[in-house]
Formats: sequence, structure tokens, C-alpha cells
Amino acid sequence: MIGAEVLWNCLRQAGVEVIFGYPGGAVMPVYDVLPASIRHVLVRHEQAAAMAADGYARATGRLGVCIATSGPGALNLLCGLANAFLDSVPVLAITGQVSTTLLGRDAFQETDVFGATMSVTKHNYLVSRAHDLPRVLNEAIYLAQTGRKGPVLVDLPRDVAQAELPPGVDSAPRLPGYKLQREDNSAQVHRAAEALAAASRPLLLVGGGIKWARAGPLVLELAEKAELPVASTLMGLGTVPADHPLYLGMIGMHGAVAANRAVQECDLLLALGVRFSDRTTGKREAFAPRALLIHVDVDAAELGKNVPADIPIVGDVGCVLRSLSSLVPERRRPEWLARVCSFPVAPGRQGVGVRAVRALARATADLARRGDLILVTDVGQHQMWVAQHYPFYHPRTLLTSGGLGAMGYGLPAAVGAQVGCPDKTVVLVTGDGSLQMNLQELATIVQEKLPIKILLLDNRSLGMVRQWQEMFFQGNLKAVFLRGPDWTTIAAAYGIKAWRCTDPADLEDALDQLLSEHGPGLLHCPVPAEEKVLPMVPVGEPLDRMILSWRRGDEP
Amino acid sequence: MRRIFSVLVENQPGVLARVAGLFARRRFNIESLAVGATQDPSFSCMTIVVDGDEGVLQQVQKHLDRLINVVRVSVLEESGAICRELALVRVNAAGTQRTSIIQVVNVFKGKIVDVAPGSLVVEITGDRDKISALLDLLGEFGIQELVRTGEIAIARGRQVVNEGGICIGQGAVRT
Ligand SMILES: Cc1ncc(C[n+]2csc(CCOP(=O)(O)OP(=O)(O)O)c2C)c(N)n1
Repeated sequence: MIGAEVLWNCLRQAGVEVIFGYPGGAVMPVYDVLPASIRHVLVRHEQAAAMAADGYARATGRLGVCIATSGPGALNLLCGLANAFLDSVPVLAITGQVSTTLLGRDAFQETDVFGATMSVTKHNYLVSRAHDLPRVLNEAIYLAQTGRKGPVLVDLPRDVAQAELPPGVDSAPRLPGYKLQREDNSAQVHRAAEALAAASRPLLLVGGGIKWARAGPLVLELAEKAELPVASTLMGLGTVPADHPLYLGMIGMHGAVAANRAVQECDLLLALGVRFSDRTTGKREAFAPRALLIHVDVDAAELGKNVPADIPIVGDVGCVLRSLSSLVPERRRPEWLARVCSFPVAPGRQGVGVRAVRALARATADLARRGDLILVTDVGQHQMWVAQHYPFYHPRTLLTSGGLGAMGYGLPAAVGAQVGCPDKTVVLVTGDGSLQMNLQELATIVQEKLPIKILLLDNRSLGMVRQWQEMFFQGNLKAVFLRGPDWTTIAAAYGIKAWRCTDPADLEDALDQLLSEHGPGLLHCPVPAEEKVLPMVPVGEPLDRMILSWRRGDEP
Repeated sequence: MRRIFSVLVENQPGVLARVAGLFARRRFNIESLAVGATQDPSFSCMTIVVDGDEGVLQQVQKHLDRLINVVRVSVLEESGAICRELALVRVNAAGTQRTSIIQVVNVFKGKIVDVAPGSLVVEITGDRDKISALLDLLGEFGIQELVRTGEIAIARGRQVVNEGGICIGQGAVRT
């Protein structure tokens, strides 16, 4: 068996059924023996391969795999890998490399992929000897999916892929430095339980780590038992059903008023699987100023990284929650609940962007409640409107680029989600800027017969950048106007049904039409460029310094 | 605050790059880093001296520990460890000054390892304080060139840090 066959065997043994990729010279020996039992989705740009693998992993909870050739192919993966890294998504990337005999000679399409991807992967390998390959692959697959998940890259030189391997080569992972089992944290958990029982204004904050620990129901159990209001980060949306009486909404730069105010007023914050990004905390030093902070994460390095924890707990959130639920006494907190419920809900009149998201929420209400809808976003105003106004009821039903904020994520992630979940409805909400960053993938969805539904909120500008220029750069608009294409023609050219909805009053009908389309479809919805995402906490301000309404002339 | 980390790593290509990359990216301040073989050829030992406040030092430890190729990170208290550094110093030595230099070097139990017209090369081993004391004295004669290995350290007594952890300083990097 040659190295390339070993690769496919390892992947199949790990349960991999589909990969996203793009071929080229150095990886051709690998493609040459691609087995029929693995579905290969041919994307149109390697960035999309990495992002589709990421979308597949987020939607299914399984390992996403992408493959690319050396040099340009591998480097095109980078942004997608960084995206998976920042949001802790299990992705395996296989890259072809020039032969070991050429390595270091600046050969055709040789780049230092090992060096270039080191800082955007959980771990990476350059396999320089064929008999290391089975072990390396098993390690890579294991690392990506255990502990704090993340992308792992294996760079595979052409001659290693072609080398004949005798049977019986050692394939057992050898990871003496990989620390999964941690010291006993029960003393910390007990302290946390006592603090929780004693707190009068406690708040739970849930993040992306919860879905990987499959701990959503445990969060609810604890919250209901001890009557703890729950706020979420962007990555935690869907952990607690949006209509739950204890749920306050998202916190952060564009967080809900109630959620942000609750963070600033609580006397105890139990943070679960969050990493306290600056977009979540606002001014770090002023974050949750009155709270005793209990921070639970699988990754010890997260504790104390951005916000100092009073009770740091390293461990699986699920296990910690189970212990906490058994230790914390039942309790009602009518005053605190009344207080957090008294905060105003949202700014009054809403623009077309928000109305479109709300119309989508109505049109997809049943699907969303059943967990049969996966909503994917790109990056910008439309993303935040979705996060603020679309109610999520289940984990893994919102796919969005959180940590990296990578425009262009949406379409490929939708590809990955639809491939991984063929029976679910996948809706992409995108902007005219973001959609054009990976527009070429419209061809992929047609070729792969993926019935993805695209809602394009077209403000003919880089809306989020424009919003900042208007609000914080004295309206000095630079490089934000997009003269878009004729979107329905573009869609038609790819063979995708498209509609335009110029009157917001028609939104719901138009969405019904889009959703009832059998194949892929695009609904082009013009949005006034001046609309804003509000509330907004300006960069570097504490979370309770929210701007709730804004008109020209309001600049600081 | 200064802290000495003894870091047992897998002896694999790229490990030094990972550690160096971590320090660069997270803006941690390396005072010195020395890496060399251990009694087991599949592991190396890095002695990393870092400067920072308590919060930073804890982050350094956790982030090092998180690297897949890092097997163990131990903190060595200066009082509970033997710390050594090797320095080679080329010092001005006009005829009349040679004997004074040799006397000073002898007091410090250093060695003269090379002699040339107008200069001597001194080899000195010791902890930081000893080396800087000697360098102060040699400075009066004029130091032409100085190379140092960076510190290596091992715990005192029977306490084993790295499974018998011998840490032979090679390929030292100073920043
Ligand atoms: C790859 C990439 N480049 C630049 C940015 C900076 N950026 C953030 S939001 C945004 C505008 C997004 O425009 P669009 O997709 O049309 O969405 P809108 O804000 O208009 O809803 C830009 C340029 C980014 N996040 N990602």
C-alpha cells in the first residue's frame, strides 16, 4: 500500500465520508487513489474548502476535512484554518507538498506550509518519512476532535504519498505532551457551588464551548434549579432556547440591553466555555465590575488570559455543570429576575435589514423550533442583525465566523452544512460585500445540487465599515461603496433561481417563495445603506455604555 | 519578576519554532533560552528564563503547557535550583595587563582558553551574579566580544524535574 492509500484508509476508519478540496500537482498522487466511498466536493477556491469543512464540522459536530495542493493551494486554506482555530472547530487539512528531495530548494509551488500554518492551527505536521504517516494521521484526527477542538494540518510530500509502506507500520498515536485528563477540580467546583448559593444577583454566561461538550440541557437544568438568568456570547447562541424565560440574549458590542446590563450589575458571573473576546467584554477592566467570576473551560490557558477569574475551573463544562447542579440548592430570586426583566428590550423603529431578519424568523419559525434549520451568516451588519433578532432554539443551528470575522465564510460554510445535513434547510444570510468574497461557490452548490437558500441584504456598501465611518470617523466615507452586479442575472448565470424584493411589505411572501423552491435560490433584498446595527458599545467602552439610537450629528 | 521554566519537549523538528512563535505572538519577554539533549534522545530540555508580572508568567506556563510537543513545564525557584551559564569573553590584553587579567580570572575559577597578541579568551561558568561580577571586572580592560549560552538549571536535592532531567546547554539563544 502506498502512503496516499494509507491516508484514505485512516480517514475512512475515522468515519470520514466527505471531504472538500481542490487538486493540483503535488497532491495528485493522493487524488489518484481517492476511493469511491469518500465523497469529494470540488470547491472553486481552497479558502472555500477550509470553510466548507468548518461549516460541515459546526453543523454536524463531526470532523471536517479539506485537501489542497502545495504552495498556492495550501496558502489559500489559511484564512479558513485561522477561522476554525479561533472558533475551536475540528478540521483536518491535508496539503500536498513537493517531494522531500526538493524541499528547501524553492521548488515549483513549494512554500513553507508547516511554518505558515503553525500559528493558525492547533497542531501541524510535515511528514518527512513514509513510515510516520499512519501514526501522524491518527494523531492529527485525534487532536482535532479532542479537548479544545481545532484545526490540524498534515503536509504530505509527494514522494511520501507515493512511497510503498509495508503492512504493520506502527499507527498508534504517540502524544506524551497532550494533556487531556486534568488534576482534580472538585475543590474549585465546591467553592463555586457555595458562591453560587450565596449570590443574590448571579448570571450565567454561555459560550461556544458548550455545544462541543453537548452540555446545553445541563445549562438549563442548573439555570432552572437555581433560577439563574442566562446570557450568551455570539458563539453560544442556541445553547438556551431564545424564548426561555430565563434567557436574556447576547452580550457584547451589539449585545442586548438586558444582557449587557445584567453583566454589569450581577454579583456573580458563571462563565462556561467562553474565552472573553474583546467584542464580548468591551473594556476588559470594566467588565462585570461587581461580580465574582467563576470561569470554566477545558483549556487552562483561557483562564486568566483576558479577564482574571476568582474561581478558575479547568475541565469539561458538562462534568462541571453536572456537579454544580447536584451541589447548588434550589432557590428563587424574584427581585433579581424582576430587575433583569425591567431592562428595555430593543431600540424602537427598525430598518429594512432587521425587518428582513424578523420576516425570515417568522417564515422559518417551525423549522427553527424543530431544529431543522441551519442559519449561516457572513460578516457585517447582516450578521449582527441575525444574532440580535433571529431566535435560535438549538445548538449548531447558527454558523457564523466569530473570532476571525472572516467575510466570505457564509457561502462555503453553507455548502459544508448542507452536505453534512442534507435533510435540513440551510439558509445563508449575507451581504453584498461578503457574498462577493466567495461568490464562485455558487457554481459548487449547483454542481453538488445543494438546495441552499440565500437571503442577500444588499446595501450596496460595506455596511459595517460604513457604520463605523459614520459614527466614529465623522462620516468620512472611504472605500465602502460597492457597485454591485445585477444579482438576479448573476444567480441566473450560475443556474440559480433568483427573486428581488424591493418592498419590505412583501418580504414574507418573497421568503416563502424562496423557501419553497426545490433547488438553491437567492432572494435579493435592497437595504438602505444608512441603516445601523444598534445597540452598539463603542470599541474600548464598558458594556453598559450602549448607544441605543443614532442620527447624523450625534458623533462624539 | 524573573522566572525559570524547565520545559521538557519532544525532540521533533519545529519545536523550537513553536516555542519561539508563542513568545513572539503573545508578546512574552524571553530573557534567555537554552535547549539541549536529555538522557533520553527522544526528548530535549529547554531552560527558558522569562521576565514579567505574575499574570504574564502564569500565562507563559499555561501556553507552553498547551503546546502539543511540550511534555512538562516546571518552575524552578532560584533558591531551590542550581543555575549555570557559560560565557566566553575576548578581552583586551596588552602585555602589561595579562597578569592582572589572569589573576582576576583565577579568583573566579575561570580559564584562559585562547591567547592572541593583544587579547585573551576567557571561559567562565557560574550563575548570573558570578558572571556579571567577572564581566564588570573584565570590562575595565575592554571586552572585545562576548557570547553567553543562556542559563540552564536543575533542581537541588533528590527532586527530579524532568525524569532525571539532565539539561545540556547547546545552541543557546539570547534575546
Ligand atoms: C476578509 C475580511 N475583510 C475585511 C473585513 C472587514 N469588514 C468587516 S464587516 C465589513 C463589511 C461587510 O460588508 P457586507 O458583507 O456587505 O455586509 P454588511 O455589513 O453590509 O451587512 C468589512 C469590510 C472582514 N471582516 N473580513
